[in-house]
Amino acid sequence: MVANPLTKNIDMSRPPLDIAAYEANDGYQSVHAIAKGLSPEDVLELVKGSGLKGRGGAGFPTGLKWSFVPRGDNSPKQKYLVVNADEMEPGTFKDRMLMEGDPHLMLEGMIIAAYTIQASKAYIFLRGEYTVSEQALRKAIKEAYERGYLGKNILGTGFDFDVIMHTSAGRYICGEETALLNALEGKRANPRAKPPFPQVSGLWGKPTIVNNVETLCNLPGILTYGVDWYHGLAKGNDHGTKLFGVSGKVKTPGCWELPLGLPIRELLEGYAGGMQDGLELRGFLPGGGSTDFMLPEHLDILLDYDEIAKVGSRLATGTMIVLDDKTCPVGMVGNLMKFFAHESCGFCTPCRDGLPWVDQIFRDFENGEGSEKDLQILHDHVTYLGPGRTFCALAPGATAPLGSGLKYFKEDFEKHITQKRCSYKH
Amino acid sequence: MSQQVIASTANKARSLSLEEIAEIEHEMTLYPDKKAVGLEALKIVQKHQGWVSDASLLGIAKYLDIPAADLEGVATFFNLVYRQQVGKNVILFCDSVSCWIMGCEGIKGYIKEQLAIDYGETTEDGDFTLIPVPCLGDCDKAPVMMVGPDLHRNLTPEKIDSIIKDYKNKQD
Repeated sequence: MVANPLTKNIDMSRPPLDIAAYEANDGYQSVHAIAKGLSPEDVLELVKGSGLKGRGGAGFPTGLKWSFVPRGDNSPKQKYLVVNADEMEPGTFKDRMLMEGDPHLMLEGMIIAAYTIQASKAYIFLRGEYTVSEQALRKAIKEAYERGYLGKNILGTGFDFDVIMHTSAGRYICGEETALLNALEGKRANPRAKPPFPQVSGLWGKPTIVNNVETLCNLPGILTYGVDWYHGLAKGNDHGTKLFGVSGKVKTPGCWELPLGLPIRELLEGYAGGMQDGLELRGFLPGGGSTDFMLPEHLDILLDYDEIAKVGSRLATGTMIVLDDKTCPVGMVGNLMKFFAHESCGFCTPCRDGLPWVDQIFRDFENGEGSEKDLQILHDHVTYLGPGRTFCALAPGATAPLGSGLKYFKEDFEKHITQKRCSYKH
Repeated sequence: MSQQVIASTANKARSLSLEEIAEIEHEMTLYPDKKAVGLEALKIVQKHQGWVSDASLLGIAKYLDIPAADLEGVATFFNLVYRQQVGKNVILFCDSVSCWIMGCEGIKGYIKEQLAIDYGETTEDGDFTLIPVPCLGDCDKAPVMMVGPDLHRNLTPEKIDSIIKDYKNKQD
């Protein structure tokens, strides 16, 4: 049986499979299964049963999210599917691989999702910088229309489905689903108040599901090979495979599809080849820039949503950023704070004013001008910018590396104050 | 008063070219509300002109019936809408965390030396503009940058030399 459903067609040294080659490798079988008589309710039950959790970062169960969309004759006629392909989390490079490497897989997943919620229209909200993904997807969309997988009355099901490409222009906040919807409507991408949730009132007030690229890519396998097969893929309590990436000063940085539930050590020391010669592992962010640091003592923890949460971090995007012992942890956190300060949408005060303040303090530390009082202000911001204090999750995301960095690398912060310089600089 | 201001600035709107209008009209068929096309229209104009001038912005606002201030709010919100003139090639230089760990600061210093420009500046010959960009999502090949639509990976000073040369040759 297939063990790597997300990447089985991917070989980055050649162009992605065209539709004929994709079909020859079980491609679009799920759409044929739907045409043979799977109802939207059937598909919803399969996806719920699979235990698939959203791969965009939050890890919310996909089937449950879909189930909030109003169904039946009294529900709004127009519903939307939106693909969140605005990959911009620092250190995250997985959706790019899926879209550049196998665009039809995402399209097939989109058809499944749209059919389930009965959305006749989808927008792919693609990061503007992903020019290669755009070309690959446009070509795949054209092929899928020609083959009758998109358009009117797909394979005689009576289901109509159109896919529209929207390329964005670079703002991290668009990854927040309600901000993304505002951007699609042509507005500034400030997040919206929730409730109402997009599932009920989203794009132009219509029921809308926003799914991440990798989440959608999980769907074809679930329908084609079955829920039992899907459950058999993982090693731990979670289900399916996931893309895991490693960047930083390891021997072989990269991105691999692995079963959920492997020990972190196997990823960092096995696939990524361990640290470069002469360097020691100091810590790592397990799932992108808005996750809490983990330490070498955590290497035997499993790559699983709940296991990583137990040590106070998040699996999130599954793309790890590795900190070595010759790189300044204060500088690394400072780099992330600069990013978050820059990408704040400016709507709510703690985020708009707090993050630049934090950013400035890190610049002062870098220049040897940090003080004990500054350190206290940083600690205070972990609370002030934390969950429940801001309008959306951007600033709380920033407090993850900030708070854990202050905790785990306390001595380095102190050293910057006492030595009045960064001792990592030569 | 505000009505008058809008009316007087609207006179300065540059008419959109027929090509731009055709592309904007196509985008309008894809959305239920023409106001949604604001960003697309800005990008279309930028594709043709290289940047979005005040006159173009006003032209789009008028064409799509969006208040100019709202469209300006969108234009200035997004990193990749250029409201100032840029060079023939825009370098989007990734300085986010993985690239930082992999030494992008040194590469940036090298570019600064070679082209004599810092962030937000354009070379005297108008060939290159240097802009920082948040994480480009290619972190296992850090440091990375884009020049126009092209991605360049595993950057070293030697690679920067050959990239600059290639783009200069392309234009000649």
